[in-house]
Amino acid sequence: MQILSNTNYNFIRWRWYALALSTLVIAAGLAIIISRGGMPMGIDFSGGTIVVVKFDQPVSEQQVRAAVDPIAGEEVVQQYGDAGDNQWLIRLAQSQTSEQGTNLEVGSQQILDALTKAGLPSYEILSREIVGPVIGADLQRRGVYATLASILAITVYIGFRFRFSFAIGAIAATFHDIIVTLAFLVFFGYDLSLNIVAALLTITGYSVNDTIVIFDRVRENMRSMRRDSLEHVVNVSVNQTLSRTIITAGTTFLSVLSLYIFGGEVLRGFAFTMLVGIISGTYSTVFIASAIAIILSQHKRSPAASAQAAAGRSEAAARPAARPGRKSRGAKAS
Amino acid sequence: MNKNVRWKLIVIVGVVALAVWAFYPPGQKVNLGLDLKGGVHLVMRVRTDEALKIETDTTVERLRETLSRAAVQYMGLEVTSPTEFVATGVQNPQAFRQAAAEVDTVFSRTPGAGGRETYTMRPNIATQLREEAVNQALQTIERRVNELGVAEPIVARQRPADQILVQLPGVTDVARAKEIIRNTAILELKIVEMGPFPSEDAARQAYNNTLPPDLIIVPGSEDVAGTGGGTPTTVYYVVRRVAGITGRDLRTARTSLDQNNLPAVGFTLSQDGARRFGQLTEQNINRRLAIILDNRVFSAPTIQGRITDEGQITGAFTQQEAGDLALVLRSGALPASLDFLEERTVGPTLGAASIRSGVAASIAGLLMVVAFMMFYYKLTGLNAVISIVINLIILLGMMAYLGATMTLPGIAGFILTIGMGVDSNVLIFERIKEELATAKGVRAAVNAGFDRVWWTIVDTHVSSLIAAMFLFQFGTGPIRGFATTLTIGLLSNVFTAVFVSRTVFELVLGRRQQVQTLSI
Repeated sequence: MQILSNTNYNFIRWRWYALALSTLVIAAGLAIIISRGGMPMGIDFSGGTIVVVKFDQPVSEQQVRAAVDPIAGEEVVQQYGDAGDNQWLIRLAQSQTSEQGTNLEVGSQQILDALTKAGLPSYEILSREIVGPVIGADLQRRGVYATLASILAITVYIGFRFRFSFAIGAIAATFHDIIVTLAFLVFFGYDLSLNIVAALLTITGYSVNDTIVIFDRVRENMRSMRRDSLEHVVNVSVNQTLSRTIITAGTTFLSVLSLYIFGGEVLRGFAFTMLVGIISGTYSTVFIASAIAIILSQHKRSPAASAQAAAGRSEAAARPAARPGRKSRGAKAS
Repeated sequence: MNKNVRWKLIVIVGVVALAVWAFYPPGQKVNLGLDLKGGVHLVMRVRTDEALKIETDTTVERLRETLSRAAVQYMGLEVTSPTEFVATGVQNPQAFRQAAAEVDTVFSRTPGAGGRETYTMRPNIATQLREEAVNQALQTIERRVNELGVAEPIVARQRPADQILVQLPGVTDVARAKEIIRNTAILELKIVEMGPFPSEDAARQAYNNTLPPDLIIVPGSEDVAGTGGGTPTTVYYVVRRVAGITGRDLRTARTSLDQNNLPAVGFTLSQDGARRFGQLTEQNINRRLAIILDNRVFSAPTIQGRITDEGQITGAFTQQEAGDLALVLRSGALPASLDFLEERTVGPTLGAASIRSGVAASIAGLLMVVAFMMFYYKLTGLNAVISIVINLIILLGMMAYLGATMTLPGIAGFILTIGMGVDSNVLIFERIKEELATAKGVRAAVNAGFDRVWWTIVDTHVSSLIAAMFLFQFGTGPIRGFATTLTIGLLSNVFTAVFVSRTVFELVLGRRQQVQTLSI
């Protein structure tokens, strides 16, 4: 059985449309983010209080809202888990008083007092998270730093293993994926949390994987297709690897989907981020990464022989004893 | 069977056996994070400025004595910040500097106009004192947490340098745990110079509104335990600034009963402390002794006679309060007070629910991926299934062996290992299919498939590992669990997808003489 075997789509001819589409999606994403006043931050980053309680009898959202309404500041009330669980999440933003550590628990105490005073059924505290502003600011800084540093490190690695223009293509695709994912998160009302940043970082590592598979094939084909233009070589490579690009993304998608469905409330944001990232990563691999690699390589490709020699050299250096037959031919060509 | 293949099989069986041995039984061998078993995660900051302030305060007190002995004239000597004090109106700077030479190792001096001398703590000393304060706080908290009887607590420093992380698995009474950790428990025994007074002003008036610099006013409750009823009123005592006996002189503390049979805390002093306490009490018979805890007078009994090593702190304690106070006194004072920066509590119900949903998601993910691989690659799909299962076994074994903690995001990493791990198999199988199309024969196609894809697998794994590495250094607790699981999963995936999978191919193909077809 084989899906998409021997395809011959001309992906490269579509590269300007693809770039335009992606630019549009990214612009729309940024517009959404900006229109909502920046990326909405969960308490991990903005500080604040979250209390999750489980009532032993059903209560309506109205009742919970009415109970916590008297608390100063803005309260968020959300159903937590399935409707039958009677579980509610109540969130308070960072208040001025909790700047001092000794008063950190004021918010959660207010919530519990309010629930008790409102005469709601008795409840059990499932979890309580209180994050002060110091920690939030520190994590924000470290989250941005970790994401950028990992992208940079991956770029350097790809630049070292392939060529610089390929690295730029891969990294452009990764940035694309991150921004698209962020836009979807905002659109679907997820707040940025530690788990979501973890998913974003995983996406940076994962979205490059498909790209590497294509680049690897491009490098291989460059030796056997010396007379063809780079566009043609890339296009053939994308087509040849198309089925595995889709299957690998598909298996990962399946496993994350099960996480999304069965993994519970805590990991839902994480799973959602991964799902969007996987789809975006597959799209960007096929349409963006190679397009940018070609655009950046174009002036280097002519005359063809010099690029060929360069490819052959890097090949010989990067793959010691990997494939004797091909390698000797590649060495001869260089 | 080929000898080569036999050896490979032995290696694989050995690795799997080791891994199973490492994590079996999983209930005991795999560490669960707080988010799965419930408990409290606390991050606090040590107010290291306070430790510096104490150093500056005591230096100034010592200097005052030295200066008066040397009869050096000056107007004022004042602590202006935790790391700075200023002398004003110095008549003879030369003599002043000479007399104050003892502080030069810790403070650097800046002369000013009009007999002003500013002393600033040297930065390296300040850094060292802050460092010591955090370490001492860490040790004190560790002792307290251990006395609380929590199983497998974590007390560790973290970045930035003045923060301490405490994880208490299974603790549900968060308020009490925090109270015990936070209690600075600075115990001081001082002779009451004057008082009690009904207000601070009244105390000051007794000294004509200019309190001598070596005395301070400390609030307290008037005889709370003695009256047994009524509202305790706040009164004020005048005591010396520097205590003769402190918590450092304690040998031990325990709950006891006071004369009214109410819970109290009894303490025993160390040998040296007892000697000094004996002197102090002998010289001050019929005066009052203030027992001060965290700058509040708990009781101020009249000294009836010489006391050496025994004392008692009375107050309106419940049994538990008395027990907790004895605990914090035993474990020593904190060098500075603490600010809580972060608190995450997971109840045992949610933890158990998380484990259930995590296991359900893992099984569902595994089944979906297995079903797809068997459907798409037929019998060869079984090869991938073997490598996924061995991958997960090795992952669990390594986690148990390294003592890594399984967290809820860690379970996500477990599931991702299934989905991402099988990618390597897909790459190899797709390549084998391509090679089969060029009609080289099954064995050659399989060999070519593995060889050609090897470096692709290395490259994809390295890029994922780079991301996992930064994830590890970014995250705390649960996220680290995720990064750890992901990293181990990726590494063992190289072994299973390449070595194990290839061995299985060789085993299957080796049996047959002439291999014509491959179910792929």
